[in-house]
Amino acid sequence: MTAVPNLANTLSRSRFFNGAAEWFLQYILKPIGQILLFAVIAGGSISLLALAVGFVLQTDWHGIDILRVPARINLFEQVVRQLPNMLLDGITIGFVYAVIALGYTMVYGVLKFINFAHSEIFMMGAVVGYEVMIRLRDGQLLSNLSPLVVIILMISAAMVICGSVAVIVERVAYKPLRGAPRLVPLISAIGVSFFLTDFVRGFQALSRNIFNMPYPTDLVPFFNTRITFAEGVSTTNTTLIIIVSAIIMLVGLNYFVNATKIGKGIRAVSQDQATASLMGINVNLMITITFMVGGALGGAAGVLYGLKTTNVTPYIGFIPGLKAFTAAVLGGIGNITGAMLGGLLLGMLEAFFSALLPYFPALGLGYSDIFAFAVLILVLLFRPTGLLGKKVDEKV
Amino acid sequence: MKMLKLFAVVAILALIGQVFAAAPVSAQDKVIKIASQSPLSGGQSLLGTAIRNGAELAIIQLGKQVEDLGFKLEFVPFDDQATPDVGVANAQNIVNDAAILAVIGHLNSGVALPSSEIYNRENLVMISPANTNVNITDRGYPTVNRVCGRDDAQGAAGANYAVEELKIKTAFVLHDKTAYGEGVATFFAQALEEAGVEVLGFEGTTETANFDAVITPILAQEPDLVYFGGIYNQAAVFFRQAREKGLKSQFMGPDGMDGSDLAKIGGEAVVGLVYTSAAGPASLYPAAAQFVEDYKAQFGINPEAYAAEAYAATQIVINALVNAIKENNGMMPTRAQVAAAVRATEDFETVIGKISFDGNGDPKVATYYILQVASADPEKWGENPLITSVQAPSPLTAKEMMGN
Repeated sequence: MTAVPNLANTLSRSRFFNGAAEWFLQYILKPIGQILLFAVIAGGSISLLALAVGFVLQTDWHGIDILRVPARINLFEQVVRQLPNMLLDGITIGFVYAVIALGYTMVYGVLKFINFAHSEIFMMGAVVGYEVMIRLRDGQLLSNLSPLVVIILMISAAMVICGSVAVIVERVAYKPLRGAPRLVPLISAIGVSFFLTDFVRGFQALSRNIFNMPYPTDLVPFFNTRITFAEGVSTTNTTLIIIVSAIIMLVGLNYFVNATKIGKGIRAVSQDQATASLMGINVNLMITITFMVGGALGGAAGVLYGLKTTNVTPYIGFIPGLKAFTAAVLGGIGNITGAMLGGLLLGMLEAFFSALLPYFPALGLGYSDIFAFAVLILVLLFRPTGLLGKKVDEKV
Repeated sequence: MKMLKLFAVVAILALIGQVFAAAPVSAQDKVIKIASQSPLSGGQSLLGTAIRNGAELAIIQLGKQVEDLGFKLEFVPFDDQATPDVGVANAQNIVNDAAILAVIGHLNSGVALPSSEIYNRENLVMISPANTNVNITDRGYPTVNRVCGRDDAQGAAGANYAVEELKIKTAFVLHDKTAYGEGVATFFAQALEEAGVEVLGFEGTTETANFDAVITPILAQEPDLVYFGGIYNQAAVFFRQAREKGLKSQFMGPDGMDGSDLAKIGGEAVVGLVYTSAAGPASLYPAAAQFVEDYKAQFGINPEAYAAEAYAATQIVINALVNAIKENNGMMPTRAQVAAAVRATEDFETVIGKISFDGNGDPKVATYYILQVASADPEKWGENPLITSVQAPSPLTAKEMMGN
């Protein structure tokens, strides 16, 4: 009991330590706690739901034909057996969605428009990851370097390139349309998205004559080493890498937006562009930085997704992009914390439905997205601004 | 600005001039064209390009037979992008070109089915090197033929092997929701159930990247065998993720697995995978050794599955063209005449063996092969060992044999 106050006393003796502790609490512990809380909330509620469904339907389908489960399956037992894997899947993909969703939500916060090209920036991140890995392999470095170094190289290359691409896209396709009606940059974004897809497809076809870009993770045993938590509950190092890197990025972004001068500028621009510029904030610079940060996060998410799915093509951006956009809306678009919550929830919902639906032959796996999006519509009916969104009067 | 406008006007005029200048040449009735339709871009371009190359090589080597009769033989490859819409749009363009007298294609049954409706309306003959879906020929069209086997027999051959040799008790069957994948998976699952194997699940998925949703329920049920009715570019990703998640089941698939990209994408996960094929590896055919050599010399790559079949299909077309021209007294034959000449093919020696078509356009007897992936190295794909092969007559031929 006495150890804790003693430690606090010791720390408070020095102002530096006091400041550092506060800083640590404010910008590291609190956001991590928040993320973990979200993961626990999302995972816990979905687990309870899954167990409830399994329990209610295990023996009896209550006369509703589409809920009939084949007699050989005890649904409750299956749910219990699948639960840990379902949660791991949900959390992993949820974090990927969350990191992509940040790009949508930040741009929306600042410019009030949806950057549909973000899904292609994400795809390019995955392709850059592939390029780095292939180059390392060809240089005989892949198996010699520490896997951690490989990952850091891949993610930083993707962040730099995708951040730059996002800035170029903004300069070329959005900035000239700054004063135009809001639908115009939207169309421009869709155009950019097509362009980037076919640019990558054409580039890879011409330079290497390939379409599928499988990550050579086979060559590094570390990636596929299994960690067993309990009997039947195990996962690969890759999954842990995805979760840890996503948390680092989320915490880093939180620090950047809330604690730095530039972050303050971005927040000011998102609240009121005209006033911010009167206060001496360089609005154009803030917008550029927003795109750079969003693009860099998208690129990093691309590498994580590539590590997870092992094969990358120029077309992989669309679906995760759409889901991440959905996650951003679910959490409240424009709200960074909301994007994290939305991503985790959507990942969990998906994992939940796809884990249960195969046991209902009348429905099948193909319906998992329909159910996940039905839940989303329900949430938005009751909270049109998203879970954490604030009600803002429409700007005219 | 004025200069720019002037330049634009001149450019447009020049373009119009080009179109008119080109018109008389294409109207020349001494040109015969053979078209190919297969995916040349996208995830399945490996096999699609093999089909195009096979057809092109046959035309380069054997085109002389037609040219000796006073016709110029040209090859026009089309890219159907493995997409039904694109295939149908190409088919419209193909039938509108009166010089095209035959089509070699497609790779995907889901693309071939709607496209062949258009060919058939215009009496244009199609020979498929790769489409195994039963409905391709069961419609009984006089213009639609194939040189490969059928999915009902392929599914049954695969199921038979799984039950007799692999001794499986439970299986999980997946498909890609296309006419081809769902068709062959259905026949496979049916045959398993008839043999008393428990099919734990039958699911379709169009997912190409993240297979978590599919793998979780399979992991929980631990089937002895997982079958994927689909094409390598999707299946390989699934197999690799499934192994990484700790699934230990035997993997199996239909002829859509037969592409070296399966090993390139799937890596170690697909080693040991058993696949059925309606097209044997080129090394099996005695006549194909020369073909493999010529193909490598011409294109600088190993022939993938269906390259030899496309070559054989083109051999049949060229032979039919020669017959039709002779029957027509050296004049340009009509499309219907070419179609009839193709259907009349009887014991014709091709690079993949003797072929005779039955009344529906199926080869009278087709061979089904069962192979196993031996190595994760895509370069060694051609060395996958043949486990066994079964010969089966087409349904029409079987009926005739019963009648006798």
